[in-house]
Amino acid sequence: MRLRIRHSTVYAYEFPIRSAVQLLRMTPRDHEGQYVGAWRVEIEGEGRLRAGEDSLGNVTHALYVDGPVSKIRVTVHGEVDVVETHGVVRGAIERFSPEVFLRETSLTDLTPDMLAFLAELDPQGADRLAFLHRLMAALFARIEFRAGATVTETTAGQAFLQKQGVCQDFAHMFVALARRAGVPARYVSGHLFRHEGAIEQEAAHAWAEAFVPDVGWIGFDVANGVCPTDCYVRVAVGLDYLGAAPVRGSRTGGGRENMEVALSVAGKVQ
Amino acid sequence: MLSRAADALFWTARYVERADFLARVIDAASRMAALPSQYQGSSTEWESAVSTSGAGFGFYGVYGDANEATVRDYLVFSLDNPSSIRSCLNTARANARSVRTALTSETWEALNTAWNELNSADPAMSGEAFSRFLDWVKGAALLIDGAARRTMLRNDAYWFFRLGAALERADNTARILDVKYHLLLPESEAVGGSLDYFQWNAILREVSAHTAYRWVYRDTIRPWLVADLLTLNRQMPRSLISCYEDASRRLDLLGDAYGRRGPSQKLARATLSKLAGLRIDDVFAQGLHEFIQQFLNDNSRLGAAIHDQYLT
Amino acid sequence: MNAFDEMQGTGAGAARPLYERVARWLSESPPETVAARRAQAELFFRRIGITFAVYGESEQTERLIPFDIIPRLIARDEWALLSKGLKQRVQVLNRFLNDIYGPQDCIRAGILPADLILQNPQFRLEVVGRPPPHGVYVHVAGVDIVRTGERDFYVLEDNARTPSGVSYMLENREAMMRLAPDLHARYRVAPVETYPDQLLATLKSVAPRGARGDPTVVLLTPGRFNSAFYEHSFLADKLGIELVEGSDLFVRDDKVFMRTTQGPQRVDVIYRRVDDDFIDPLVFNPNSMLGVAGLMSASEAGNVTLANAVGAGISDDKAVYSYMPELTRFYMGEEPLLNNVPTWRCREPSALAYVLDHLDELVVKEVAGSGGYGMLIGPTASKTEIETFRRKLSASPEQFIAQPTLALSTCPTFVGAGVAPRHVDLRPFVLTGADEVHITPGGLTRVALVEGSLVVNSSQGGGAKDTWVLDD
Repeated sequence: MRLRIRHSTVYAYEFPIRSAVQLLRMTPRDHEGQYVGAWRVEIEGEGRLRAGEDSLGNVTHALYVDGPVSKIRVTVHGEVDVVETHGVVRGAIERFSPEVFLRETSLTDLTPDMLAFLAELDPQGADRLAFLHRLMAALFARIEFRAGATVTETTAGQAFLQKQGVCQDFAHMFVALARRAGVPARYVSGHLFRHEGAIEQEAAHAWAEAFVPDVGWIGFDVANGVCPTDCYVRVAVGLDYLGAAPVRGSRTGGGRENMEVALSVAGKVQ
Repeated sequence: MLSRAADALFWTARYVERADFLARVIDAASRMAALPSQYQGSSTEWESAVSTSGAGFGFYGVYGDANEATVRDYLVFSLDNPSSIRSCLNTARANARSVRTALTSETWEALNTAWNELNSADPAMSGEAFSRFLDWVKGAALLIDGAARRTMLRNDAYWFFRLGAALERADNTARILDVKYHLLLPESEAVGGSLDYFQWNAILREVSAHTAYRWVYRDTIRPWLVADLLTLNRQMPRSLISCYEDASRRLDLLGDAYGRRGPSQKLARATLSKLAGLRIDDVFAQGLHEFIQQFLNDNSRLGAAIHDQYLT
Repeated sequence: MNAFDEMQGTGAGAARPLYERVARWLSESPPETVAARRAQAELFFRRIGITFAVYGESEQTERLIPFDIIPRLIARDEWALLSKGLKQRVQVLNRFLNDIYGPQDCIRAGILPADLILQNPQFRLEVVGRPPPHGVYVHVAGVDIVRTGERDFYVLEDNARTPSGVSYMLENREAMMRLAPDLHARYRVAPVETYPDQLLATLKSVAPRGARGDPTVVLLTPGRFNSAFYEHSFLADKLGIELVEGSDLFVRDDKVFMRTTQGPQRVDVIYRRVDDDFIDPLVFNPNSMLGVAGLMSASEAGNVTLANAVGAGISDDKAVYSYMPELTRFYMGEEPLLNNVPTWRCREPSALAYVLDHLDELVVKEVAGSGGYGMLIGPTASKTEIETFRRKLSASPEQFIAQPTLALSTCPTFVGAGVAPRHVDLRPFVLTGADEVHITPGGLTRVALVEGSLVVNSSQGGGAKDTWVLDD
């Protein structure tokens, strides 16, 4: 599948800002089954980008904007060829041993409810892969996908309690529970081509990856209850949303901010 | 120096100056209010004290009526009013504390002591005690100001401190004129009587120029001369022109030390030379009220220019 | 418990030679002079105390640190031993940090278990493979030392993040010179007043290699509501550098600037007293208002030095602490000069079982705790406290370590009823620059004012003494 992605974020400010700094993780990398063609990050207006890489191997861009500026538009676009690997990720840059991804973070907390839920799933079963599929299926069945039900600061425990969430929450819950069962797991941000034809999307996608010895890292799109296919583009990984967030920013001045995202993911079978 | 430090020094001085000004305005109002009622005008002195302080909007959101009790509460002790004497000293001290080492210990101690004493003052004190209290506020401001003058190094820290005081002082004098300009028009002498005489006296009190007036003009109190004293007279330290001579000098010292002059030096000089070229007759010809409005605008533009050039 | 008294030694009778002049000074001073000196000390420190308290948010509740005017003496040869040991210790900390954020040889060699590092929140993934300028992580260490005998010194904690207390070291000396000049004159006391110059030289020496001319150093404070703000402002003043808050700095194109009245000024070295978690909202806690957005990018680009380096905290984790002897042998090929307190790592089942069986004899600490909080002192704890701790320990054993209670040495101290021995510790400050390690002869001696108490933390009612390292 060849996926054509265009992801544009516009920040509009009540008053002109004095300055802004953003850290972008919006550029996918090559690995087996994912080949990035022409990919560009563009800033409309005054702004300077400095490319880099974070310690997990994600491509980063530091964006520096000097005010006064009332609007910042960040656009990334490009094409990625994806081959079906049944969710298995091979050949990606791995800077750490999988054990690192057993860490709990404040967004991937666990509540007693979650522990009880986990206990029902035979978390210590010998077949780790089967456990992970049970975990995905159980979360998919229990938690309702509802846009706007949560915010970016919502933790796994909070989302589990309210039984609702978006893809970020599904990924956090899965990651938290898998880690408790001793399976290294991480958060992935990326894009999804939706077959039902929704080329224009409201937000980027997120899912989880878990590590199974002898197999490697395997994706779990918990919000959709499936493993990633050739419709998925991996952009960044992290311990949680904060480590893989497409944008983390800070600004001086500006008053209220209004953010608008325009995202299109189009696919063409090769 | 750090912009934040310069900003803190600038505002420390401004808030101390404002506290002193409020004490004078309230003191003058108390004296007027003590006069027999036939000498009092249609709008009471308490109302005029509230307008002069610039706190009218907030005040009438809390109280229906301006009288001694409500004015004492809101302009002196209230923490809801960011420009009450108490809030002014709180803010001045918080600013000073954040740049504690940029001030001399004498200046800091004068301010810190004033703050401590104010916090132990009883808002329900008797009228006589209240009058002594207002004198104490003026004295505290003198101590802080004197400590700074006598002990601080003559460098940018000191110039920003003095600059804040000069701008605030200009603003305060202009606000007295803004509220009472109608009393100072030349034709008001004809219509006036004892009432206006007391009013003129009160204005002089607000700027501590009761005695100064006699020395400068050697004349009985005439409204246009009061206006002259407060605007264009270089001998009078609270006149608009004196404040601008002061502000402009500090700004030039900063510009020289930093090797660059900018918009704030230009604005201060422009206002200063405008004032220097005027006689009080010109001011009345142009309209005292319009003149004051223009000055208040210029002064706040200068504040903004200083902020942009140095304090952020 | 039979503690070593630094004046009397182990036996009764005459004072150790080192303390003879102190003993004579005490005996020569008639009770009323002693009372007068104590009153004077209290007066003096109330004044200093006011200075301290001025910066606290609620003046009334700000705690003062009681000051004791009998100095704590350290002989020249004792100090030589200590400072050699401290130097070795801090070198190990820096080698260890270079290793775990780099090749991780110590894990590969099996010196310590991988999960202890990899899953430790103090191990900052964000700085892996990004060595700080000149390879220094811990520029300022405040190593807590206790003494148990004539030549027996133990390291209690390494404090490699943002150790505080050095302002007390300097203020205590100032106080002693005023309050007991006669005693001070009887000894040749090594000066501590050189510390600010040494600190500034250390910080300048680690400036990024690209820094032009004389490097610009600033001290980054969380602000005036921080409990150590007094120290931050005191040090900035003594060093003659700007005391900045996060909002005074900004990052543009991976370079750090401070906002000054003369426009943006480049900053080369940041002595930061803000914790890792708050240092850059784009990388760590996104809600932090105390840090600087983009600071980590500037640091990665090699355009600014942070002292101490981000991630240094892993080296003073209490579980990592327990491996210090092995790490010393591994990196230095030599035996540790300072003792480590034997430590049971409760994460290991056999250690946990032992600890649970001996709770009434042991000190149990949280691996990430500090300031004497979250700590159980078995011998003085009540039954309820022990049972509460037993539950905590069983629930998350990896959070705890346990150590035997040490017989901390005592020093003569003025108390209500005259002079009596009280337990003390010592926090010397070790500076590591690009080329050398410097240790100011002295440190902060903390004293547990309550009879028999072993808790010296000022947050728990401890006091302070001046520490005299003697030159003769």
